[in-house]
Amino acid sequence: MMPYVWAFVVGGAICVIGQLMFDVIKLTPAHTMATLVVAGAVMDAFGWYDPLVEFAGAGATVPITSFGNSLVHGALTELTQVGGIGVITGIFHVTSAGVSAAIIFSFLAALVVRPKG
Amino acid sequence: MAEKSAGRGTKSYKPVSMSSKEYQAFAKAREPSRSVWTNCLKAFLVGGLICTIGQGVQQFFMAVFDMSAREAGNPTVAIMILLSVILTSMGVYDKIAQWAGAGSAVPVTGFANSMASAAIEHRSEGLVLGVGSNMFKLAGSVIVFGVVAAFVIGIIFWVFGIGAWHATTG
Repeated sequence: MMPYVWAFVVGGAICVIGQLMFDVIKLTPAHTMATLVVAGAVMDAFGWYDPLVEFAGAGATVPITSFGNSLVHGALTELTQVGGIGVITGIFHVTSAGVSAAIIFSFLAALVVRPKG
Repeated sequence: MAEKSAGRGTKSYKPVSMSSKEYQAFAKAREPSRSVWTNCLKAFLVGGLICTIGQGVQQFFMAVFDMSAREAGNPTVAIMILLSVILTSMGVYDKIAQWAGAGSAVPVTGFANSMASAAIEHRSEGLVLGVGSNMFKLAGSVIVFGVVAAFVIGIIFWVFGIGAWHATTG
């Protein structure tokens, strides 16, 4: 049961940070998302995101910060294996599932769904 | 507020003209007040709920396919994106988003929602010019800034040595 509680609390907390960026700093949604992604990337550089994933599970992997974390994770893992070029070849290594799924499902949806409103 | 009277004879009109600064103050005073606390509570509940559903999907992959938590992350994200695109297609996700604010925007489901809704909305302009070129209109900045940040961080580690990276690999 506890994994679900921590996923709820940590995931909710990250969304509250996003909401505060909307309401208090008055950032646009695009600026907020870009900032959160970069924050996730920087956290992984310091090795802080993995402990959060250990602790909160989907509470850390489902928010968009996880996308930045995965980009850095792919780049640095490939860097250790093949050297400098790995920074370029590894960036989408981990995030391929998310980006590909989003493109494919969105495209299929556009084929079958009529826009509403 | 600057008022000038364009009066002629007995009848006088008072056309109201405002500078843009005055208009902003005028509009701000009449804007419906949104409580930051209420918004944060809604974001917390919906965001937390989406992550809890994600945790359920992750537990499913870990139990059925015998994956580690990290291995299960990728298929979990793919399933969450599929669910988001289905809800977007039914017009449900946008209703949730109106209530939840960042609670539905910050999870990957919000990323998928922005892509699916842009794709559906621009379908009438054609598959290439509509769907293809508008899909990343909102999601593009996330990918661009994420990739550039990852590249810069990668270069820094390449120059100073990857040994400083303490994250668990694999």
